Parts: sequence; C-alpha cells; structure tokens
Amino acid sequence: MEAVIGLEIHVQLRTREKLFCADVPEFGADPNTRVCPVCLGLPGALPVLNREAVELAMRAALGFGCTIHRRSVFERKNYFYPDLPKGYQISQFEEPLATDGLLEVRMGDDSPETFRVRIRRMHLEEDAGKSIHDRVPDRTAVDLNRTGTPLVEMVSEPDLRSPAQVRAYLDQVKRILEYLDVSDCNMEEGSLRVDANVSIRPRGSGELRTKTELKNLNSFSGVERALEVEIARQMALVAAGDRVRHETLLWDERRQTVRPMRSKEDSQDYRYFPDPDLPPVLVSAAWIEEVRHSLPELPEARRTRFMEVYGLPAYDAGVLTARRPLADFYEAVVQAHAGGDAKEAANWVMGPVLALANTSGEEVESLGLEPEGLAELLTLVSDGRVNRRAGRTILERMVASGSGGAGAAEAIMEAEGLSQISDGGRIQGWVEEVLAAHPDEVTRFRGGERRLQGFFMGEVMKRSRGKADPGEVARILGIRLKGDAPS
Amino acid sequence: MTPPSALETARRVRVGEVPAHRPLEEALARAREADSGSRPIHAFLSLSDPDRAQEAGVSQDDGRGSFPLAGVPVAVKDNLCTLDLPTTCASRFLEGYRSPYEATVVRRLRAAGGRVVGKTNLDEFGMGSSTENSAFGPTRNPRDPSRVPGGSSGGSAAAVAAGIAPCALGSDTGGSVRQPAALCGVVGVKPTYGRVSRYGLVAFASSLDQVGTFGASVADAALLLEAISGHDPRDSTSARLPAPDLVGHLEDGVAGKVVGIPDEYVPDTLDPEIRARIDEASRHLAAAGARIRRVSLPHTRYAVPTYYVLATAEASSNLARYDGVRFGVRSPEARATQEVYEASRSRGFGPEVVRRIILGTFGLSAGYHDQYYGRAQRVRALIARDFRRVWADGVDFLLTPTSPTPAFPLGERSDDPVSMYLSDIFTVTANLAGIPAVSVPAGSTHGLPCGAQLLSPAWHEAPLLAAARTLERSLGGEQ
Repeated sequence: MEAVIGLEIHVQLRTREKLFCADVPEFGADPNTRVCPVCLGLPGALPVLNREAVELAMRAALGFGCTIHRRSVFERKNYFYPDLPKGYQISQFEEPLATDGLLEVRMGDDSPETFRVRIRRMHLEEDAGKSIHDRVPDRTAVDLNRTGTPLVEMVSEPDLRSPAQVRAYLDQVKRILEYLDVSDCNMEEGSLRVDANVSIRPRGSGELRTKTELKNLNSFSGVERALEVEIARQMALVAAGDRVRHETLLWDERRQTVRPMRSKEDSQDYRYFPDPDLPPVLVSAAWIEEVRHSLPELPEARRTRFMEVYGLPAYDAGVLTARRPLADFYEAVVQAHAGGDAKEAANWVMGPVLALANTSGEEVESLGLEPEGLAELLTLVSDGRVNRRAGRTILERMVASGSGGAGAAEAIMEAEGLSQISDGGRIQGWVEEVLAAHPDEVTRFRGGERRLQGFFMGEVMKRSRGKADPGEVARILGIRLKGDAPS
Repeated sequence: MTPPSALETARRVRVGEVPAHRPLEEALARAREADSGSRPIHAFLSLSDPDRAQEAGVSQDDGRGSFPLAGVPVAVKDNLCTLDLPTTCASRFLEGYRSPYEATVVRRLRAAGGRVVGKTNLDEFGMGSSTENSAFGPTRNPRDPSRVPGGSSGGSAAAVAAGIAPCALGSDTGGSVRQPAALCGVVGVKPTYGRVSRYGLVAFASSLDQVGTFGASVADAALLLEAISGHDPRDSTSARLPAPDLVGHLEDGVAGKVVGIPDEYVPDTLDPEIRARIDEASRHLAAAGARIRRVSLPHTRYAVPTYYVLATAEASSNLARYDGVRFGVRSPEARATQEVYEASRSRGFGPEVVRRIILGTFGLSAGYHDQYYGRAQRVRALIARDFRRVWADGVDFLLTPTSPTPAFPLGERSDDPVSMYLSDIFTVTANLAGIPAVSVPAGSTHGLPCGAQLLSPAWHEAPLLAAARTLERSLGGEQ
C-alpha cells in the first residue's frame, strides 16, 4: 500500500493593510484593536480590494510556476461562526487567481533525488478572526484583529506519497515563499497553516480512494507525525477489512493522535456565489509581466548557479541557498573578496559564522557582521597576515563587539596583536625552546612516533600565543626534527 | 401646508433671507404636526435634534456654489447610516443601533449644506412594498391615511408627500423609491447602478440596491441626486464618473427624442384608468416633440421571479451578519453558539425577512443552486439585453406605468406575499438591468395618485430627468 497525500497551505501575505480595508494587522496586538466597520462586518460597510495583496499573490503564484488568470472572481463562502463577522468569508472559488503550477522538490540539501508536485490552484481570500476558548470560563471570546488579513490558499494535487515527501515539499514551499518575500512564513504566529488530505491505495495503482482531511497541524513536524499516525490508522482499518470513512480529523499534538471533528461542522453547504460588492479582479498582461520580471532568482536555480559559478559541492550550495538572506550574505562576501577562493568563503560562512549565529540564536544577517568585514578578514588570512586560528578569534571579537564592518578585522588584529608572525628567526627560537623542553618526545618522534608532529606544532603555537604562521612552524619543525634524526 | 422647494429654500438661505437653521426647525414642526392626529402619518422613526444637526457645515453662499442644499431639510431612509440618529432598518434586531460612521450619501448631503430631518420608516431591511413590514408600525399615505404609502421607502415618500421636507433619500432594490413615489404622488428617481455610493446603505441585495431620491418636484429630486452622486473609493461598485449636471439640463425637453412604450408593460389586463394615464402621458411627450413607438422587451415576464430569486439569495448572505455576536439583538437566555444565532435571529427578524432568508438560502443550496440562482443570473442577462436592443434601435426612453395599482388599503395584502411581490412588476427590470428610472406623478386613478415611469440607458440621468420634467410641466405639476 502507499499513501496519497495532497496539501492545502494557507499563506498570510505580508501586506501593510488588510485585504479589504485599511486596518494594519499586527500579531499580538490587544484584542479587537485592529478593526474597523469593514472587517467588523458592520451594517452598510463595503469591501475595497487591496492591490498590494493581489500583487503579492501574483508573485507567489508565479514563483510556483502557476498561470495567472487575467480575470478572477471573489465569491462569498457562507457559514456561521463567531469569529466570522459577516457570516461569510470572501474567497475565490470558480475562478481563482492562478492555477496549474509545478514544483520540483529535492528530498534533502545534497540529495540528487527530486519529485514533482503539481499545484492545482492558488487563490486569494480573507482570514477569519480567532475564537479563544480558554480566556473566559465557560465562554468563547472573539478577537477580530486577524479578520480580513489577506491569505493565499495553495492547493496541491495529491502527488505526495509519504510524510517524508510532505516534509521536503513544505520545506521547499516555505523556502520559496521566503525568497519571494510575500509572507513571514511563521507557523507559530499562524502566517503559514497546513491542512492535509490523505488516502491509501495499493502501490502503483492509479485510483483515488476515500480520503480523510487532517486539521490543526501546527508545525511542519506535526504535519509529518500526524500523517504517519493517520496513514497507520488507515492501513490498520483496511487490514482489518474495514473501510476508511470520509471525515475531517483534528490532530491532537499532546496525545499524538487524531480525532474526528464534529460531523455538523463537516457537512457544510457553503452556498458560494459571486460577491456582488466586488467586481471581478482584472489584471493586465503588462502587470503580470512586470511582476514576473521582479521575481528574484529562486532557491533551486540559485543552488545550481552556486555549484556552477562558485564550484561549490551540492551540500554547500544547498545549505547556503536555504535562506535568501544567507545566500545574499554569502554572495556579498564573495563579491567583496574579489579574486578570493569562493570555497574558502563558503567554509567560513558555513563553519564559524553559522556556528556563531546558532550560539547567539540570531540569523547570519543580523549578527552585525557585514560581508565587507568578513571579506577583509578572509583577505588577511589568505595573505598570511593572520592564521586561521587568529582569524576565528578576530571573527568572534567582531561579532561580540558588534563592529563587523569594513576595517574592523584589521583594527582588532592590531589591537589584540594577533597578526601572524612569519619571521623565521623568531619561529626558530620557539622551536628550539620546545625541542629543548621535551627531549623525551623528540626521542620518541625520531623513533618513528610521527603523530607527535601535532604536539610540537601545538607547543610552538602556544609559545607564539597563536600568532606564528603554521606553515612556517611546520617547515622549521620538519627541518629540525629531521636534521637531527639518526640516519 | 406646502413648504418652499429645495431650490428656493437653498437660495433664500444662501442670500441670507432665511437663517440656515430655520427650514429644519419648520420641517421638524411639520413632522410633529403630521403625527399628532388620530391617524398619524408616522413617516419618521426618529427626528433630528436641531442643535446637533446645526453643527454640520456652514451654509452661507461662498460664491462657488458649495452649498447647493444650504439649509434644505432632507428626510433620510432609516437604512442609511447616520452618526447622530439610530439606524434601525425598521428591524427589531437593530432597535437603537448607532452606527460609528456615516453613509457617504449622508456625508455628502450634509457637506452640501443639507439638514437631516430624521430617519424615515421602511419595510424591514427594505423588504416589502407597503412599509407595513416595519417593526415599529406602518406609515400612512398622506393622500389617504387609510392606505399604504407603498414601499419599502414609504416613510421618505410620505415625508415629501406630506410637505414635511421638499426632498428625501430612499433606496431602490426593486422599485422601493419609484413605487412609493407613485403611490404618494411625488417624484422618485432610481439612478444608474454605480452612480451613487452604497457605502453606509445597509445592504438588502447588493447587486440591485441603489440610493435614490424623492422630490416634491423633478427639480428637487434632481438637486438632491446631484449632491450625492459621484465616485466613492469606499464602494467598489461605484463608477469612476463625476456627479452629473442634472438641474442645468432640466429644461432640455424631449424634442426629437424617441419614446418607446413596451407592450409587456401595458398588458390587456392593465387597469384601464392607469392605461388612460399612460396614454395621456405619451400624448404630452408627443406634443413636446417626441416620437412615440411601440416596442417589445420579451423577457419581461420572467422579471419578477428572477428578481425574487436573486434578491433573496443576496439577502440571505447579507443578513448573515445579524448573528447576535457583535451588535443588535442578543438573546439573553442563549448559551451555546448555535442558540445565540437561533434565538437572536428569531427575536430580531420579522416574518417577511425570515421568509426571504429562507427563500434565498434555498435558492443557493447545493442541488438547487444552478436551477434557481444560476438560471436567474442567466435570465437577468437576457433582460438587460432586451433593454440594450431597444436602445440600439434608436429608442431614448421607455414610458411605462410605475405600479399596476394605486395605493391599497392598509392590511389588504399583508397575508398575501405573492400579490405584494407583484406590486414590483414594472419596476424590478430597471434594477436587474442597472439602468436609471424615474416615477413622475401622472394624474390620478380612482381618486388616488398614479405614477408614470420613464427609463433610459445607463448614465443618461440628465436627459431622463429632462423628459420627466417635460411630463411634469404638461401634467400641470410644478411650473
């Protein structure tokens, strides 16, 4: 048996104002302070479409290879719910903004394995408010701040075959949305919400069997786990000779189980019809082209380019293009470090720089480290003016002091006396001191214990307080240890 | 007691003959007088406090024509949002409801110097043709207080007919301005859909609703319509067109114009007295230089069912917001969410509103959607095409009766919704096609006012009102 999975993803667009009124939504604002007659659904109020939302939705749709329709229609989806002030949600149904997209998904950063997911449609709609059940005892409180926030609903075809594929797909979707800069993509704040449809069938069969719908999936890993649980449940049902019922299930994160939603809410007749308050959305071919041309290079293309232009291995290219700001940072370092080694720059960004970011819980671009600053540091290293170890120390100082711009690396090098010592005479002196202080080790080395080379290196570097040119130290050590070696 | 016209009132105020507050005070006195007898007209659900109303704008003439309505008292239908008075839609649900914002048309009439007299009675949410479906009691027809004023804008029509205000605002979804204008013997205009902002008009059927004006004369209805017309960025269905010059073209006449009389609007079953009034009106238009032609609008017979399917479908959705959660009636004993909806809506809505919500919900339901809503949309397109063909054929206006009957006695049709729905038989087509139409007094039938309706292509309000003015003059109305 195999699983057949399709996803519906709701993406909150990062417009300044709401979809049909001028309120400015803000996550965490006091309840019911970001509202006006329009989004409160007061008598007589009318919606006016926010063109910025249309543009962001077009960006998203083009980013997933969809066809934008020159004409789309807002309809009313009628149902009663306390956090739905008008008693209907303005959405798109028969004539969505965009259809027929396609996404090539890679199973992992250095995986050669890819699979395709078709995007059935992407449409614009308004968000509902929030019902809060735990604020007032025995009552439901309603916060309408979120009401009317623009969403794009992105519906995939049932092209996913496993929870792992779903995870890879979601990672890729989120990555692309971030590249397109259309959403905050924050699942905790609800700016990215996922529902899944799942059924099972004999492997390789083309049929679509009865599916269930999974809701209340609050994280990517929650989606993965919920699907694992639900697929196992369906497999067990079928194995027992039972059949899967069409129903909506809620994922219970705490209990790691699914439970059916009340069937009353499940069998809704939404009575869609075109919203007479809103004329059809007409977008010109010129506008579509303008948006298309404004699209950034998307992650997969950038990954390929990083491999081709910078000679990076697949893994490096995958890591560096995972987030657009990180890829931008890396490219800026390479540009500033003209003539330098792009692979070396990648090693620095993926190694010490990402490590510093992880330690401080920041993103690379918010460390206070400027690409020029890092590029200068790389130049100091490649020119032999500091060694790598001192370079790391300088990097840490740059981040710690918050001065990671141009000139910082050299200033710290000077101030802390970290410049590399390549003077053969001084290095020779430290080498002699070390050999004199450790006669036993010298004897053992000469007796064939070659791994002691590292010990001698370390001792010399210690005496130089980390500043000696490691290449020079190794060269002199080699001569001295070999020179006295018994033949 | 006939008050001066709106034009005359505004002139007197602008030149300083009359203080700006005086016309409103006189209108308020007349309103109280009209309700003082044994058979009160009950045109108003609430009256303005003149001290507060005075705050709205100065009315001195600034030489730029900024205050075309300087000091003019205007009656406002109570489904238009106002800040200083409740907006109830004559519904128990919204009893005492105060809007936190004002309808665009009310803001515009105030900005033009006009003064809101009060909020007028209507059929609940505009649903009715007699103003008897008001939760706060019916309005009486000033021409015969035993009869209805028509509806749903019956209060506004009565306010003008009773001489309380020279002009009034109404809303017209299927004839709700024109039919009461006809029954009360005043002028009522429904402009082109999109001509006037709907922002702040409490929606009944959004694709059909349009704010319209009443006047004791064509000129007064035109003056008020000019003041409220024009694009409003808050209403996506309002056209990007400037307010038209209507008053300036009122005396343009009809010489050389072609007036069509559609066969479907003067059927053999039509009351002979009404037919005689329409024949007389057509003779007057011909005498003024128009050519009269018989025409056909073949899909007219489907108009009433089409209208009721669409209007109720939209209404079922528009009225979903009255759920008892945020404003209006909230049943105190309801606990669970579903109970709040059921108890609040049962208490808040009258029987006609409930009937239309049920009809509209049905027409949109799975399995019936295409058969009702879908088919009605297709027929609507055919009705609009009928009109376009007639215009393309060289016809400038159509002349029809406004109502198949004169004002009927209070209570006569209350228990017969279908006969009530047929009151709209000649008026709903203009809403379905989105075109402008005006009802002009055309003499009397059975001792009661009779209205003639003129229709024109979209955006042709200026020539349409000039034709209405021609009829008015020749029928001995306002000189």
